[in-house]
Amino acid sequence: MRIGTAKENYTADEALFDTNIQRGWMIALMIALFALPFMTGQYAIYLVCLVMINIVSTTGLNILTGFTGLVSLGQAAFMGVGAYTVAIMEINLGTPFLLNLLIAGSGAALVGIVVGLPSLRVKGLYLAIATIAASVILHFIFANWTSMTGGVSGLSMPPASLFGLELVQPDQVYWIIMPITVLMLFGAANLFRTRIGRAFIAIRDRDISAEVLGIRLLRFKLLSFAISSFYAGVAGGLWAYFFRVITPESFPLLMSIFFLAAIIVGGMGSILGGILGATFMTMVPEILKMMVGVLSPIWPDAVAVMSPVRVVVFGALIIFFLIFEPDGLAEIWRNIRRFFHLWPFKT
Amino acid sequence: MDWLFFSEIGLAGIGTGGLYAVSGLAFVLIYKATRVVNMAIGEMMMMGAYIFIGFSVGLALPVWASIPLAVIVSGIMGGVIERAIIRPMLGENAISVFMVTIGLGSVLVGLVEIIWGADPRRLIEFVPSDPIFIGEAYLSPKVGYSFAVAAVIVGLFLVIFRTWRGGVALRATAGDQAAAYSMGINVPKVFSLVWIIAAMIAAVAGILVGSIGGVSPNMGVYGLSVLVVVIIGGLDSLLGALIAGIFVGLIETYAGAFLGGEYKMLATFSLLVFVLIVRPYGLFGTHEIERL
Repeated sequence: MRIGTAKENYTADEALFDTNIQRGWMIALMIALFALPFMTGQYAIYLVCLVMINIVSTTGLNILTGFTGLVSLGQAAFMGVGAYTVAIMEINLGTPFLLNLLIAGSGAALVGIVVGLPSLRVKGLYLAIATIAASVILHFIFANWTSMTGGVSGLSMPPASLFGLELVQPDQVYWIIMPITVLMLFGAANLFRTRIGRAFIAIRDRDISAEVLGIRLLRFKLLSFAISSFYAGVAGGLWAYFFRVITPESFPLLMSIFFLAAIIVGGMGSILGGILGATFMTMVPEILKMMVGVLSPIWPDAVAVMSPVRVVVFGALIIFFLIFEPDGLAEIWRNIRRFFHLWPFKT
Repeated sequence: MDWLFFSEIGLAGIGTGGLYAVSGLAFVLIYKATRVVNMAIGEMMMMGAYIFIGFSVGLALPVWASIPLAVIVSGIMGGVIERAIIRPMLGENAISVFMVTIGLGSVLVGLVEIIWGADPRRLIEFVPSDPIFIGEAYLSPKVGYSFAVAAVIVGLFLVIFRTWRGGVALRATAGDQAAAYSMGINVPKVFSLVWIIAAMIAAVAGILVGSIGGVSPNMGVYGLSVLVVVIIGGLDSLLGALIAGIFVGLIETYAGAFLGGEYKMLATFSLLVFVLIVRPYGLFGTHEIERL
């Protein structure tokens, strides 16, 4: 807590941002987000869009795993549900993209509820394995329901259009992805100021105690699954508008592990953690690519080694953070902030 | 319905199931003693098979020397893994440990790709190739001999558990860690021992599986099927792993033969969902009672 910001009532204590300085930073960030496409090139915007899609999905998983304590390895499959819904609606009906995204989210949420049904009887690792089963089954449906999903070759879809303008390039799709990401993040942050969000946290901390306190476990666990898969579905829809080609292999189990890794690296049970984790994990391959670019004149094999090194770094990051910084990047960030807030006093 | 065909597939299924049972054994051993759900089991098998390649192809050693060497090196790796990344996680919640093993799997896959490349490889042929007939039914020799080896390993372990001091220490640790500690059993040592033994079993299983279908860095997917086996059998039941292994092997092979290859995974995972809903703690697993 910052020195000199004593909180005098509950409203102040529950506020999303404590101080005017924080609000100022937030406004500056918003302006930066709006100015970004005019200041950087296509590739940078491409990366920003990718990061944002991952942030939406990671935040969804964080609601489920970080805040409710239910481990899921099905996030990528739920994204797939969203992506296929958007593609099928865009190809066959041509409905506006906002409606498509909404239906994609709702569809994924429904699937999430079905997958979450075992969560009352089994939990922890058994649940994680049940979600693996769900993602294997969903993958099978994507690959074999040829009349709807186009089978193994997948679907390619027309771009989204806004006021008659087709959004093809990353800096155009950005105008869909950015506002929705911001909206979803505010939604998630606000969720934990409500009764529902508090109930999730109570379930995470000790589900039997939560039940004793009068929280209906089945209802809230399923609600958590639904919200989390809604986020995944919307992220999948954005993914579909961004890449416009969807195959069953677009959403492998490895991608679910990626999201789980992102919340571990970022910090479980923290919205900021989801943002930092998704950004970090998306950027690591890019940083490696840059290093390869630097190294390749000296060491010609660098390009060939790149992809396995990425896999090793991915795993090593998970292990490293779990052993040395279980609260993730968010905790590191908080420590840095605390240092400056309390300066010149010792932390 | 052709009964000969049906029974031939059944035999192949039991053969595959034998391999599942051995891999499941490695998994259950770790879970029973250390309560770690080892998601990297498929990757540990893959590592064992690749180390075998390293000895038999890379160093051109004869097969009879390569197999024991590969098993020993895998055992050492298991010990190192336990000491370096599992021990620091002692006392953390189960989900963190579970994620650590996922990270471990990823690291192992990357290492294999760096050392041996990403392309699928075949192991040196070391299994006799004369066909086996049981009655009139034909059984692929690789599957047959693998099953025999699997059965010997499983039998050996059942005996060792009953008689050897270390085996008894292991069972005591699995039963009650605190009590085992106070009876003078060196529990951390048992943990190391379990990981070493499990890594060795996984290496044998990996070499057997590799000798049938070749090896590739994607072999970790096999670990998912092993996961199905141990969940169906009950995470902490050795007997469950054996029975469920053969059961899953049969179901998978029949689904593959009568419905098509892409239905294999669907069949086993649908079975998994069914078991989770009907009997969440598996066929023989202990049902944990939660207290506040």
